Amino acid sequence: MSVARFWRETLRRYNLGASKCPECQTVFFPPRSVCPQCTVHRKSMTKMEPCQLSGKGEIFSYTTVYEAADGFEMQVPYVLALVKMAEGPVLTGQVVDVDPKEVHEGMPVKATFRKLREDGDSGVIHYGYKFAIVRSPTASK
Amino acid sequence: MREVAILGVGQTQFGELWDRSFREIGIEAGFKALESSKLSSKDLSALYIGNMASGAFIDQEHVGPLVLDYSGLAGHHIPSVRVEAGEASGAMALAQAYLAVASGAYDFVVVGGAEKMTDVPDERGAAIASSTMDQEWERVFGASMASLWGLIARRHMIDHGTKREEFARLSVLDHENGSKNPLAHFRNKITLEQVLGANPVAEPLGMLDCAPSSDGAAALVLGPLETARKYTDTPIRISASQIATDFVALMHRRSITTIDSTVIAAQRAFQQAKTDPSHLRLAEIHDSYSIGGLMALEDLGFYPKGAAGKALSDGAVGTGGKLTINTSGGLKAQGQPFGAVGIAQVAEIVRQLRGEAGPRQVSGPEMGLAHNVGGSGATSIVHILSRVN
Repeated sequence: MSVARFWRETLRRYNLGASKCPECQTVFFPPRSVCPQCTVHRKSMTKMEPCQLSGKGEIFSYTTVYEAADGFEMQVPYVLALVKMAEGPVLTGQVVDVDPKEVHEGMPVKATFRKLREDGDSGVIHYGYKFAIVRSPTASK
Repeated sequence: MREVAILGVGQTQFGELWDRSFREIGIEAGFKALESSKLSSKDLSALYIGNMASGAFIDQEHVGPLVLDYSGLAGHHIPSVRVEAGEASGAMALAQAYLAVASGAYDFVVVGGAEKMTDVPDERGAAIASSTMDQEWERVFGASMASLWGLIARRHMIDHGTKREEFARLSVLDHENGSKNPLAHFRNKITLEQVLGANPVAEPLGMLDCAPSSDGAAALVLGPLETARKYTDTPIRISASQIATDFVALMHRRSITTIDSTVIAAQRAFQQAKTDPSHLRLAEIHDSYSIGGLMALEDLGFYPKGAAGKALSDGAVGTGGKLTINTSGGLKAQGQPFGAVGIAQVAEIVRQLRGEAGPRQVSGPEMGLAHNVGGSGATSIVHILSRVN
């Protein structure tokens, strides 16, 4: 992925910038310019409100990946999950710092800023969110 | 809209065809389809080609006129349309060609599907295969196509009590059928134990739950049903041709254990064909990953949600069962040349309806369904074909 292509989404990938529909209040990640839930698109078009995800969520589904996606070969085996965020949207991301056998649905997680991958030997390093297990009730507050 | 018939079919060997180029296999399938009808190339109004990623696989775009050119038709100056819809590019090309003939704009067209996947190293091939998912919000975080279907499989097990062995059976079934198809990529039979014991790819999916990368092409000749008997003794009616779409990224869907686009395309198709799933005993379903095939049995309407796994275990699905699927060998054993799959599925249904399927012939089918999916379910296309009596 080229530098510009990755860079232009960094706000969302670094800070979990999302958007909310002024009509139905549904939150979307990544941000959308029109609400897919509301049947009258004109009501949300150009009126979507920027907002921020808290980073808190829980695991909806998960898989341990052994045949890596391109650029993730050094990370196998890694856990990829769909995470249902507190604000509603579901995100795709890795679950880290955990024994894959420990992972289960409903597990509370929190987004954490991590290195995603390197663009070859001399390319840029891509950063973004991964998810860490919330291990104690106090840590999730 | 007038009724449309399939007048001819052609298909190449599927597999790792090191000695054959993209244009060669495309031409072979098209010629075979024309030869099997009484049409000649001068009768053609247009050519449609389903192809997902020739630019990435062989650095060649503009394959519409390329295949037309090497088919000897450059001097005819007819339209040649390349159609892309991910892994559903083949069925999408057919759906577009169907509309062109049904509308009366074109009379006779060849619609082909072709993909040349083995000219790139495996890693590059896997990256291209992942290009039908959202690159910015799925792949960038480490998602592979297998991992998306792994996420689907896990949640299906959680929500519906589906067992690992149940979807593994689809791979066994595909290889059993593929062993009888001389055009199939794989003709070896495999056991349930082999599927369960294969190297993990994205748990719960292993190597033998995943369809291979294949080279291959398939083609059909379409024309108006009213004059079809002039060109073939056994025209096959296209009773329904329906497309449905959905959110591209898996995470954005209403559900990940139901492919809504398949549900809706199937409902529209059954309505168009004025029939319902209980009347269908023959289908080619999209099982690029075994769990996808299991869900297709539910989403197409053959089984209630959560019941397909048991049906597979009980032998209700398969030769001799209530529903016969993937006599071609399916995507797992016949192979998965992306752009060709959707056309090859339809070609197999045509062979079955004509009674030309040799050792894998089912007895007296009147109708058959073909189901082609793009990405993790953003596009689904359903065709229903029937005999003309």
